[in-house]
Amino acid sequence: MSIWEYANPVRFLALSAKVQPFAWAAAAIGILVGLLWGFFGTPDDFRQGSTVKIIYLHVPAAWIAINAWIMMLLASLVWLVRRHHVSALAAKAAAPVGLVMTVIGLLTGAIWGQPMWGTWWAWDPRLTSFLILFLFYLGYIALWEAVEDPDTAADLTSVLCLVGSVFALLSRYAVLFWSQGLHQGASLSLDKEENISNVFWLPLIISIAGFTLLFLALVLYRTGTEISLRRARAISARLEPRG
Amino acid sequence: MIALLIRDLRLALRAGGGFGLGLAFFLIITLLVPFSVGPQSQLLSTIAPGVLWMGALLACLLSLDRLLALDFEDGTLDVLATAPLPLEAALAVKGLAHWITTGLPLVIAAPFLAVLLNMPPQGFAWLVISLALGTPALSMIGTFGAALTVGIKRGGLLLSLLVLPLYVPTLIFGAEAARRGAAGMAVETPLFVLAGMSLACIALLPFAAAAALRMTLR
Repeated sequence: MSIWEYANPVRFLALSAKVQPFAWAAAAIGILVGLLWGFFGTPDDFRQGSTVKIIYLHVPAAWIAINAWIMMLLASLVWLVRRHHVSALAAKAAAPVGLVMTVIGLLTGAIWGQPMWGTWWAWDPRLTSFLILFLFYLGYIALWEAVEDPDTAADLTSVLCLVGSVFALLSRYAVLFWSQGLHQGASLSLDKEENISNVFWLPLIISIAGFTLLFLALVLYRTGTEISLRRARAISARLEPRG
Repeated sequence: MIALLIRDLRLALRAGGGFGLGLAFFLIITLLVPFSVGPQSQLLSTIAPGVLWMGALLACLLSLDRLLALDFEDGTLDVLATAPLPLEAALAVKGLAHWITTGLPLVIAAPFLAVLLNMPPQGFAWLVISLALGTPALSMIGTFGAALTVGIKRGGLLLSLLVLPLYVPTLIFGAEAARRGAAGMAVETPLFVLAGMSLACIALLPFAAAAALRMTLR
């Protein structure tokens, strides 16, 4: 019994079917509790007033946006090393979810930034890195769409994801070097000094957990769709008379 | 390797090879900037380093889709892939040929265009040095992008979409070095990072490009 057993699409789909209902339910509960508690159950911030409450959308979305790329990187590595199709399809399935989360992070950030900083957008390191991440997602998805042969597409996008990760990291530090920021420091970290206060902390954690489960459920669902699509294509290719 | 380099250079220099096209593009882009932002010399001299870097970057991008596409169509790439010369080396040579035909003329032309944009003369040397250090990275990244998209029909637009985000760090450090040079500040830090990035690109990206190309040719 090892994790590689689930490289078999049938096994993967069976497990996925078992896990998905729980993931959807837990995601719904986590997001509902996190957002409702965050919006109605926590006090307004001393300086920021009620605008601070967008944090319960902003931080989880940003968290998923970054971790979706890391998950794609790992899945791409697995595909390149072990050639499991499920892995490549999972990376493909995660990309649009990550893209949408990046957009949500940017938009909620803009909405939050307007009353707080007096501007929708600033060329701040964090904001700029996210914009660059957005471009990387676009390129990755466009490459998937452009290549006709599915295996070649998986290969090429995996290489792009690997090289892109290095350059995304490089851009992060380049941008830090290039401009000083408006954005506050980390909202959550293991270093307690920097953390936001306890009242906000718990609903935020719940909301993040909910978003993570939502990501899991979405990726499982979309991977299943991709597998079905691949099968349908194989069947129709077999049925077609040889020309 | 040298034979391949000479072949690529000769093909590029021949009529229809597109040599000089990048240079002409660089010239036009730079000349269009005063039309779009106005002729105030103060403003122009402030933005000159950034504009020149941007122009150089776009000129590099313009010639990328020719880098491998023609060789792919007539089968040269298949020959190269089965040749005793490693594909990594062949692609490194192709990147070098691209740099000699596109990057190097840009580096040489940059100070003349800088005069047109009223850039402070103290920055000329730094502009040339930053471009000379940065354009090899642009060429190698471009070779990687071309290898990724060579098998795709009408891959030109996609190539830009893939390559431009990869150009971000090079552009930031290169333009920062040129800007600091023009303003008379210390340029060592961005320049060293830029040089490091170029060297890393030259050392590592041929492997990624060759991997991508093998996947397409398989």
